[in-house]
Amino acid sequence: MTIDAEPLGRPLPTIHDMNGYFWCGGRDGQLHIQRCGNCGIYFHPYQARCRECRSADVKPEAVSGRGKVLSFTVNHQPWFPHVPVPYVIALIELEEKGPVRLVSNLLGTPVEEVKAGMPVKVYFEQHGDIFVPLFTPA
Amino acid sequence: MSRYKEKDCVISGIGMSKLHRKPTVYPFNLAVDACETAIADAGLELGDIDGISCWPFAQVGVGHDKSSASPTDLKNSLGLKINWYSTGSGPAQYASIINAIGAIAAGYCNHVLCYRAEGERWVPTYGRQFLDGRLPTNLEAHNVWTLPYWAPSAANWIAFNANHHMAATGLTREQMGMIPINQRKCAALNENAIYREPLTLDQYMSARMITTPFCLYDCDVPIDGSAAVIVSRADAVPASKRPAVRFEAIGSAIHDHDSWFQRTDFPNMAMNDAAKMLWERTDLRPKDLSTAHLYDGFTWLTVLWLEALGITKPGETGSFLEGGQNIALDGVLPLNTNGGQLSEGRLHAFNHLLESVRQLRGEAGERQVKDARYSVCGAGGGVFGSALLLARD
Repeated sequence: MTIDAEPLGRPLPTIHDMNGYFWCGGRDGQLHIQRCGNCGIYFHPYQARCRECRSADVKPEAVSGRGKVLSFTVNHQPWFPHVPVPYVIALIELEEKGPVRLVSNLLGTPVEEVKAGMPVKVYFEQHGDIFVPLFTPA
Repeated sequence: MSRYKEKDCVISGIGMSKLHRKPTVYPFNLAVDACETAIADAGLELGDIDGISCWPFAQVGVGHDKSSASPTDLKNSLGLKINWYSTGSGPAQYASIINAIGAIAAGYCNHVLCYRAEGERWVPTYGRQFLDGRLPTNLEAHNVWTLPYWAPSAANWIAFNANHHMAATGLTREQMGMIPINQRKCAALNENAIYREPLTLDQYMSARMITTPFCLYDCDVPIDGSAAVIVSRADAVPASKRPAVRFEAIGSAIHDHDSWFQRTDFPNMAMNDAAKMLWERTDLRPKDLSTAHLYDGFTWLTVLWLEALGITKPGETGSFLEGGQNIALDGVLPLNTNGGQLSEGRLHAFNHLLESVRQLRGEAGERQVKDARYSVCGAGGGVFGSALLLARD
């Protein structure tokens, strides 16, 4: 697998209290997702009460960073002139109890080798203070 | 079963502007054209209209997901005296209709002008908005979860659901391609349609891919244009020889998680909840339908609407679509008989609604389906869906 030393530019979010854990939490190499302190499930993105039990005891926690490709699409449309096509946009389902699904890219893997169900693990691409979670075959 | 209030409301008038693929007439003027036509079609005077309802939001302007005319614009242009007006995102593109029914049921008004005003051709579509190389660094809301991954289009997001569903059910692109191919045949009989030339399966299968499984012909056609309907209290409509088109049921529910990606029943969408609610409000069943007018922003959304409404069972939609005969004008259930958004152009489910009314009135010309009595309309995909069941008594 190759990961670009100088990553291609990406549109980036405004960081605030409710999403900083996700976008900047990769600084220490770990993916962070909201978890309920009462029933233990994970959910994404941020919400004020647990998705299952409505507890207010919710806070970000580090997760394994492992999951599977729930589904994916091979994008051929050159929306961004600096990004070579085709590229894979994947919907990753994390292994933690959720469901927690993240839109991401699978880079450094030939497009034709990407399969639904394949196990993947997270890595991060730094853009200033933001560490964009990306995935690669586990 | 309760006597639901939508059954006391009718669509008394319909109007559509000219549709333009290139910037031609300023879209606001097209909206006024459509609204005037709908009011006249209802046999009403401007002074009879006492409500206005539109979708989406009050965010006025040209470009995707905006309204090129506001209720204020229309009120002032037409000199309307309104008791009630509404804008809002709500349950997809029929939110304006469903809100109007509620307002009539509450006694706020009798005749509500509902419209969709599209001005998509005056600014770059989202497919072109990043071509200057600038990358935003201030994303908010839903874009936060998609644009960092170069996934700007609903085509990318819906593709997740479509690919998952197609792998699970065996639906093929050849089968799904019958939707745009059949709709192009219908559009050949529709002078308003943007694209009227035949589309072959070879053309479809060899077309430029946008994002798998969607090729160019799976994606609808952004246009400038407007469509309007008048939703009226049934007993307030002037006597007419024309058959009344009545609401039999509406569906606006969203019960599972409100999200493009986090529903527990993935790859289903909000439309599955809306469709379920629709059938809970009527004794009619899918077998009673004469025509179906189902959202086709991307072809697979039409597939999911067919399944959500129980017209087909998951796993059987491919064989239902195979060859295209079942959905043809003379088929088991004629589908998107105006050509839909894939051929007529994107009026965000309002052109589907107008075509449904034409079919039920017997005014669909060469596209007329014999003895059309009940039609279903479905709007939206992903996070929102709304459905209407219309009847000619």
